[in-house]
Parts: sequence; structure tokens; C-alpha cells
Amino acid sequence: MTKNDNLAIEATGLVKCFGETRAVDGLDLSVERGAVYGVLGPNGAGKTTTIKILTTLLRPDAGCARVMGHDVVEEGDAVRGLVSLTGQLASVDEDLTGKENLILLARLLGFSRSRAKSRAIELLEAFGLGDAVNRQVKNYSGGMRRRIDIAASMVVTPELMFLDEPTTGLDPRSRNQVWEIIRSLAGQGTTVLLTTQYLDEADQLAGRIAVVDHGKVIAEGTPGQLKASVGSGAVHVRLMGAERRDEAQQLLAEALAAPVHLEADPAALSARVDEPERTSHAMAELDRAGIEVAEFALGQPSLDEVFLALTGRPAEDQTDEQAEEFEEEEAAA
Amino acid sequence: MTTQAQQQAGSTPDLDASLLAVLAQGERPSRPSAVSAALTFGWRGLLKIKHVPEQLFDVTLTPILFTLMFTFIWGGAIEGSTGEYLQYILPGILVVTVTFTTVYSGVTMNTDLTKGVVDRFRSLPISRSAPLAGPLLADSCRYVLAALVGLAVGLVLGYDVDGGVLGVIGALAVLVVFALGLAWAFTALGLVMKTPQGVMNFGFTLIFPLTFMSSAFVDPETMPDGLQAIVEQNPFTRVVTATRGLLEGNASWDDIGIVLAFAALLTAIFAPLTIRLYRTKA
Repeated sequence: MTKNDNLAIEATGLVKCFGETRAVDGLDLSVERGAVYGVLGPNGAGKTTTIKILTTLLRPDAGCARVMGHDVVEEGDAVRGLVSLTGQLASVDEDLTGKENLILLARLLGFSRSRAKSRAIELLEAFGLGDAVNRQVKNYSGGMRRRIDIAASMVVTPELMFLDEPTTGLDPRSRNQVWEIIRSLAGQGTTVLLTTQYLDEADQLAGRIAVVDHGKVIAEGTPGQLKASVGSGAVHVRLMGAERRDEAQQLLAEALAAPVHLEADPAALSARVDEPERTSHAMAELDRAGIEVAEFALGQPSLDEVFLALTGRPAEDQTDEQAEEFEEEEAAA
Repeated sequence: MTTQAQQQAGSTPDLDASLLAVLAQGERPSRPSAVSAALTFGWRGLLKIKHVPEQLFDVTLTPILFTLMFTFIWGGAIEGSTGEYLQYILPGILVVTVTFTTVYSGVTMNTDLTKGVVDRFRSLPISRSAPLAGPLLADSCRYVLAALVGLAVGLVLGYDVDGGVLGVIGALAVLVVFALGLAWAFTALGLVMKTPQGVMNFGFTLIFPLTFMSSAFVDPETMPDGLQAIVEQNPFTRVVTATRGLLEGNASWDDIGIVLAFAALLTAIFAPLTIRLYRTKA
């Protein structure tokens, strides 16, 4: 592999097996410095394992990776000095207070005792945790935990930050706060690699996205390119009454030039659209026919729809892989 | 607590401006030494005792219960009087209770592993041995506490320390050094087992026969020949002999030396293994 100074991450052919399961199976990745890069995929796709390899926590079975120019196997120590990891699980000590956690990390990173204390307070205040300084982390709310997790990764501002599903399980308000933090981080020059199960999140934050499935990258590009390859999204229509749904289906199919599905709700229909501008035309057609519409929505394609377009099957097909992910944890434990 | 937490989350912080300020500092202190990092992990262990004082329950209760139970329940039957039996078993009880405490090093490590915090430590640019050696500092405090509690109960019941203050200090030192060697072994176990309960069960299944098949509670002379041979070879018998000798003021350097050598052997085997297991843990 040639060394490319512009790349924060350069991985080729990464493989990691846990028993029979090939959690990562020939994964290639290249992430430019200064970018926010999204790794999108369902549970069990190999996202966490990839992050663990790139942060030197796991040794790959095959392939190689350079992070900030250093080989993750040969120069692990140099890599650890430049990156920080916010794992999926709470990555601070829940028995300690927020302040104690940050002092602990600051001391481990070489801050003097007094500077460690002041750095801890600075970070807690900046992350809106100023009132929870002396409270044990186990008594924090979900959003506060996530913020202390991220704050813990910034005791020394890293050159590359790994965030493993930073917003999974958060309420929308906390999610927005985390997004804001990630944008600030990127704004001051840190490269960010985040994994997510939500296309919406990757779209909001990332300049480029890799879609991962079964331990491989199956699509890569800007959010725009990715969405173009998938179709812009789906139109969801709910009628005032169910009687005229068949008629509506026919009208919509013609107006959208796309197949229209009948939903389980007897008054609802949906269709994938490649040309969003046709939707207003479709709306007008329904109006002209006198079919009353209760709801008309043009949504972004979901992860399922991305998967359907890329692999011909929905992401839910991988539920058996959730079991594998548990096995992976088991194998790890 | 929940409502308080929600209020916290509710007060939207002005993240942007202050956040940029803390991020922009770019302060990169130089790496701490392995010793300094280990001390920091030791500090964490002490903080955990402060926040979860329940973990000292066993440490204080076991020596009290053991001393009382063995003295008064078995004393009359075994030695003919509780006073004489106390004089015989107290050093043994100290060895057993301190040994029990070492199992918790493994339990603590295993509990850490089930949380994400170990991944955080492993992704830091720090010495590889510090996260493992550090907690042993806090553990040492537990060993000393367990031994002192047992000794205090013994003194109240009339145990004579013929070895004096120096004997007590010597006995504590030998116990702590031996326990630290053993703690490496249990930390390794903590890294291999799946659950904290598993570590606990396996650890005590191992510790029970080893400590009881020693000279801790009963004079080996009274045992059947075959068992007697085993008991005499049991390292725990050596630890009991050294502790007893120090407390009674008649320890030989051989008795002490062999315990220190045994502790060194345990450390030489299990410290590198533990550090390796911690590093390669998925």
C-alpha cells in the first residue's frame, strides 16, 4: 500500500473473523483528512469491528490499514496518540463522577494535577454538564451520558475521532446536540469517522458515506451520489377514505411513472420516486380526480430502501446477523 | 434523580461557542511515565471504593465472622479451649481472608470488561501495564484492611502477638506481597471468564480447598498420612507458617523467603499473561 499523506484512513482488504463469522470481510476504506465520513450499515454489518481494528483494539486477520499515516499493527502506539474513540457502550466509568472521569483521562494523557482539574471543568461546562460535575455518571440521562462520552474523547483534541453510533437510542433533542458537537469538531479541523444506521444522519453530517454490508463496502460516495443511485426517496400518501384507493393507485402510477404499493393501512399507498419534481404533478392529478388526501409526504429513503436498491433485499434480512453480533461479543468476552 | 437529569438535558447549553473554545486549545502534554499512569489507575480504584463502599463489606465482614465462628464453634472441639485455638488459627484466618479478597481483583476486571470503559483505556497512548498494575494499589489497601480487621478481632478476644509491632508489620507485608502475586492470577481469570459471577464461582471453588487443605485451621499432624503430605506441599501452608512465625516472633528467613519466591513466581507467570490478555482482548 502506498502512503498517501492526504488520507486520515487508508484500509485495504481488512478481514476479521470470529469463529465462523467473517465480521469484516475484505473491507476497503479511504478517508480524507478533515472530512466527516459516515459508515452506514445495519446491525452486524461489521461497523464496530472495523472501528476496533482502526483504533488498534483488534488485530486484523488479513489486510492492512494506515491511520494518520501509521500502520495500525506495526505502529499502534503512534495511532493511539492521534485518535480517540467513543464506543457504542458507555465509555466512561459509571461509578465515578463526570469530573473524576475527565480528570482520570487528563492525568493519563499527561496533564498536571491542577491542569487536569481545570481541563475537566472546562470540558464539562462546554458540553453543558456544568451542573452535573459532581454527580456519578450512572445517574446521568442518556443524552448527558453521550455528551460525557464525547467530552472524554476530547480531553486532548484528537486529529481523528471515531464515533460508533453516536446517536443510537437518543431522543431527538439530544441527537441534535450530538450533531452540533460533531459539526463543531469537524469545523476546527478534526477528521471524524462515524458509524450510523440512519441514512438521514449520515446525510446530515458526512461529506462521504460508505455503505457496509456483510463486512464489505457495497457502495461509496457523497450523500448526493448515494441517494441518486437509490432514488430520491418515497412518496407516502394517505387518503381520506379507503374506497377510492385503487383509482388513486392507477393515477399515481401514471403521474409518477413508478409502481405504487398498497400499504397495510387500507387508505395508504406508497411509491419510490426517482424524479421528485413529478410528485407535485401527482398531487395535482389526485386533486383533479376529486380524491381527498389526508397526508402526502416525500421522505428520504431509509436505510431499508438504500439496502433494497443496493442489494435487492431490505436491511431487516440481517436480523440473524444481530444474533451474530451477540456471538461476536460472546467470542470477545 | 430522573427528573433532575431531565432538567439538565432540558437546559440547552450554548454548545457552539464554548465548545469551539475548548476544542481549539490543541494542548498536547507529553506522555506520563508508566508509574504515573499506574498511580492514576490506583487513584481510580480508591475513588471506586469511595463511591461504592459496599465493596468493603466482604473485606471487613469475612475476617470478623471467620474469627468469631472458628474460635467459638470449633475451638472447644479442636484444641479443648477457645483461647488456645484462637492462638493457633488467627494467622490462618488472616491468610484466608486476604486470599478471598484477591478473587475480587478478577471480579473487578471482569466487571470493567462488560462496560465500554476498557475499550477507552485500551485506545489511549499509555503504558500497557499501567491499567493492570494500578488497580493492585487499591487492592493492597483492601488486603491490609482485611488483615487489620481480623487482627483487631483477635486482639479483642485475647490473641497474643509475641512478635510485637515489627511482627505485625512483617506479617502484613508478607500477606500483601503474596496476595499481589495471587491477584495477577485472578486478574487473568477475570479477563478469560465471561461474567463476574463466573469469576467469583470459579475463584472460590479454587480457593476453598486450597486454603482449607493447609495448616490454616488444623494442625496437619492430626490428618491422615496422604492428606498430610499434600497439606505440607500446599503453598498456602507456607504462607500460614510465615505469617504465624512473624506474629509469634519466631519466623525463619526460610519461611519468609519461600513465600516471597512463590509470590514472585506467580507474578512472573501471570503478570505478562494478564498484560497480553488485556491487550488482545476483543
